[in-house]
Amino acid sequence: MVPKNPNDSSITRRTLIGAGAGLAVAHAAAPARAQATPDANLPPAAPQWQKQSGAEVMSPPYGLPSPFEAKVVRRLRGGIEPATRLATTSCTPLQDLAGIITPNGLHYERHHAGVPAIDPDQHRLIVHGLVERPMIFSLEELTRFPSVSRIHFLECSGNTQNWGAPKPEYTAQDTHGLVSCCEWTGVSLATVLAEAGVRAEAKWLLAEGADAAAMTRSIPIEKALDDAILAYAQNGERLRPEQGYPLRLLLPGYEGNASIKWLRRLKLGVAPFETREETSKYTMVMPDRTIRQFNFIMEAKSVITYPSGGHRLKQPGFCEISGLAWSGAGKIVRVEVSTDDGLTWRDAALQEPVLSKCLTRFRLPWRWEGGPAVLASRATDATGYVQPSRDALLKLRDGRSYYHYNAIQSWRVASSGAVTNAG
Amino acid sequence: MRDRLRARAALAALFALTAAAATADERYGIGRAATPQEIAGWDIDVAPDGAGLPPGHGAVREGEAIFAEKCAGCHGAHGEGKPMDQLVGGFGTIFEAKPQKTIGSFWPYATTLFDYVRRAMPFDAPQSLTPDQVYAVSAYLLYLNHLIAEDAVLDAASLPKIKMPNRDNFVSAYPPHAERPAH
Repeated sequence: MVPKNPNDSSITRRTLIGAGAGLAVAHAAAPARAQATPDANLPPAAPQWQKQSGAEVMSPPYGLPSPFEAKVVRRLRGGIEPATRLATTSCTPLQDLAGIITPNGLHYERHHAGVPAIDPDQHRLIVHGLVERPMIFSLEELTRFPSVSRIHFLECSGNTQNWGAPKPEYTAQDTHGLVSCCEWTGVSLATVLAEAGVRAEAKWLLAEGADAAAMTRSIPIEKALDDAILAYAQNGERLRPEQGYPLRLLLPGYEGNASIKWLRRLKLGVAPFETREETSKYTMVMPDRTIRQFNFIMEAKSVITYPSGGHRLKQPGFCEISGLAWSGAGKIVRVEVSTDDGLTWRDAALQEPVLSKCLTRFRLPWRWEGGPAVLASRATDATGYVQPSRDALLKLRDGRSYYHYNAIQSWRVASSGAVTNAG
Repeated sequence: MRDRLRARAALAALFALTAAAATADERYGIGRAATPQEIAGWDIDVAPDGAGLPPGHGAVREGEAIFAEKCAGCHGAHGEGKPMDQLVGGFGTIFEAKPQKTIGSFWPYATTLFDYVRRAMPFDAPQSLTPDQVYAVSAYLLYLNHLIAEDAVLDAASLPKIKMPNRDNFVSAYPPHAERPAH
């Protein structure tokens, strides 16, 4: 399926010339296209690219997207430059993607001290603490264990900051782009822990990265023995450096930072280790004057990705509404869509496959009549949890809690067809 | 013929053994024992009870000099922040509209400070400070937050005893229970 993208109309003569220059680099035989008119390649004319040989195989050996897709890239949230690019995020362009799989080069990023350049032959995993046999594994050894492959989303707990007044210019990439979804392959953590022998008194496990932050989180032993994966591959190839190459922890449904990247050490203990990332950060200030730690599960959430912020509907008529829903508690069982600011709701179709702790694509046919409209989606997961409205979420907690904003997202469609963030 | 049958039976027994090795709770014999030396080099975490704190000690005044040299560029001359995190002050702001989350106003355990500085700071040269230097920087930051005296010296015995003002406000959300707002 070709993603609908009204921005296609913005491929003007100027950007075509720019893209043509890029093509010329990739394929020296390509003639300059500066003289091309917008309809020179349309019927009845035979298109230029049909009247010459194309590029050879392996140009390049690792394939890249078409130069015409050059704007589909990760971006800083809101385009806002952080104090340092070494400890920040970049967002997935959800509004430009189809299906449920995030291409590896577009997976969102969150690093705490940059991306380390790790030689896999010199990388090790140590498992120690409350185990029968402290052990050390090379990557080659870990890949010899029986493998598992599962498709799961990862979401940063700081994804979506609509606590305050919504920024109208924000796209789905800005509001929800800290969620991505890949097929992860590795060895079940339970398998590796069995090799070391977990002692009965072990209740928590410290996971530590080999990055410059030596990023650490405490993980409950129940989760470690349930569905945790020591992943070495994503979407069929070895992990990208930004995703923890050569080895990462993958905790399905948990807030992204707990899935420690560049994993070098697992230490079993009786209690949480109270690291900086589970005390000073990733904790929620609550209205009852408590501070909540260990908010692991990413609750049910959804977002319409087409049409969404920054899109422009060209003309009234048929418009398929499409989006993504997910829950860290299990499968999505229902997504409702409203086109009238929440007055009425209709069930959207869920695109197979519908998997646990995985993005689910939903679709709803709609006719845009050309007037103003407000589009919103509401997800329900297999536990019966229903994604809250913004007002309902704000009754539970507010912007001081910062993390885990999962309220219903609305997009405002103007009579002009312009779509903006309505929070 | 009989030999061939016997060989077949032996082969079947071998297959059965191989299959058994692939069931749960069995070990695969992959990997090797980690040596105490290997573990010691990487075992850098510090728990709230002080487990993992190395020998050594550091004084506030020593920490002041290290902070000025290696930390103040990002955190301000007195830990006031900018461009990176504010480390000092903010007492009483945590439940206000704009909380100032500093070591003094927010962090529940002094041991976390030692752990984090040792593993991740200075940002451009992590794991470069000696244990004495980490104790000293920790002492200086706790002093700036009025949590220890100017002449204090921190070590493995004294650091875990420091009671952080915000500690009792922390509650664990694990095991989880979903928020279930009406809609």
